[in-house]
Amino acid sequence: MLYSQKVLDHFHNPHNHGEISSPSASAQVGNPVCGDIIKFDLEIGQRPKDDGSNESYIKDVKFQTMGCAAAISVSSVMTDMVIGQSLEQASQVSFEDIVKELDGLPPIKIHCAQLARECLLKAIEHYEESQ
Amino acid sequence: MVYFDNAATTAVSELALKEMSPYFSQKYGNASSLHQYGQEASQALSKARQTVTQILGAKPSEIFFTGGASESNNWMIKGVVEAASSLLPAGAKPHLIVSPIEHHCVLDTAEYLEQSGQAQVSWLSVDSAGLVGPRDIISLIQDNTVLVSVMYVNNEIGTIEPIAEIGAALREYNSQNRSVSPLTSHLPLPIAFHTDAVQAVQYLDCRVDRLGVDALSLSAHKFHGPKGVGIAFIRQGTKIARFIHGGAQEANQRAGTENVSGIVGLEAALLEAANNRQKNFEHVSQLQKSLIDQVLRIDNVQLTGPLPGRHRVPHIASFVVSGVDGEALLLRLDSEGFAVSSGSACTSASLDPSHVLLAIGVGEAESHGSIRVSLSSYNTQEEVDQFVVAFKKVIKEVRALAPRLS
Repeated sequence: MLYSQKVLDHFHNPHNHGEISSPSASAQVGNPVCGDIIKFDLEIGQRPKDDGSNESYIKDVKFQTMGCAAAISVSSVMTDMVIGQSLEQASQVSFEDIVKELDGLPPIKIHCAQLARECLLKAIEHYEESQ
Repeated sequence: MVYFDNAATTAVSELALKEMSPYFSQKYGNASSLHQYGQEASQALSKARQTVTQILGAKPSEIFFTGGASESNNWMIKGVVEAASSLLPAGAKPHLIVSPIEHHCVLDTAEYLEQSGQAQVSWLSVDSAGLVGPRDIISLIQDNTVLVSVMYVNNEIGTIEPIAEIGAALREYNSQNRSVSPLTSHLPLPIAFHTDAVQAVQYLDCRVDRLGVDALSLSAHKFHGPKGVGIAFIRQGTKIARFIHGGAQEANQRAGTENVSGIVGLEAALLEAANNRQKNFEHVSQLQKSLIDQVLRIDNVQLTGPLPGRHRVPHIASFVVSGVDGEALLLRLDSEGFAVSSGSACTSASLDPSHVLLAIGVGEAESHGSIRVSLSSYNTQEEVDQFVVAFKKVIKEVRALAPRLS
């Protein structure tokens, strides 16, 4: 089982790790099979769209993860992918997009990307419920 | 780079490499050939067999060179079952008693025989140190039991199993019961005792009569010999079918042109290991003691398997670190310059946690944080001290990545 250089880079130097002190929303998900836990804190902002209406977007996101190199790197790369995206855009990031962004993952680790996606969707859901 | 993964494989010793090297492009004969090249190879094999014979206290006719311990173990288990199938009365299926913490080459072979309907298997239980009880084995014996398989040293947690005690108990059982068993009275088939001694031979006496074993396997690359060559000791009189067909090599029992250079390397490495056994035992025991003492001072790190002492081999120590994944620790240690391994599910191809850790009662959650450090006589105290510093650092770093458990 070999990891791509991109996975190893994110694993050794993760981006956007930590917590947001007063997050707009948070979510934590775990995989009972492999024991991985991923947590995302979101800071949601509002910005005007071209048509003059406002949209919610991810101003900042921080992650905390317990798990293997794949779990840590999917969390890290996902934060890079969604910062600055509208909630609608971020909701559409698929696990395949995450895997592609990391130049691939070993087949047995694909579920880590699914876990990261699930966690982000849950955090967005929590935000929308709170509005 | 510091190499602390000697239970996976070891460096080939300088002496073994030197002894092997003429057998690639100068003395490259096929040992079955009649010309001088062949005779040279054949003599090298005889000499190697003689050396192994002396170290194991066996007869030359009981030593077979194989492609490694996985092959030896497959042969021994499948071969005994096949031979027994034709000797047992019709309808009786050979029965095996196997320890649950065996290497996969034993475990999967037994499971294969069970699932394909060729054998019945009773799995032993082990205590929290990984020890098998000799009396438990005797209590599981059935009339159709043909083989007991218990490894000498566990490769993940370093438990030394009571092989001599089990061997003595089985000998006594065989002498008292096998001739009167109603099923086998016409064919007194004694129960064969098999041990995988791959992780033992460097540090422990493996003479087969002392152990009371009928079949024993070794792999050269675990004791500073080359990869792809091993030994099967099979006691004379053991009913076993041949495994690899296609030639008269190895007394007509294991076909295939002998790996002469490998066997010469195996001989050199085994002789070196046997001659330095006591010295290496003491050196590696000291390193391990220091390693364990220092590592156990780190918060929430536990040693798995037996405490240091007579039930633990000096070179294998496995720890569980809470709140982290073993694979993450392993890769961070690798980038710090230390090669170790992990029994964490995340490092395995199957995502299953180590069967050994589960069998000794380590929970699934805890097993995620498993790290195995396996030493060799080539390692130094300085390397151990440097490792402990790096280990503390990476545990702190990886723990800091995790969410606080609420």
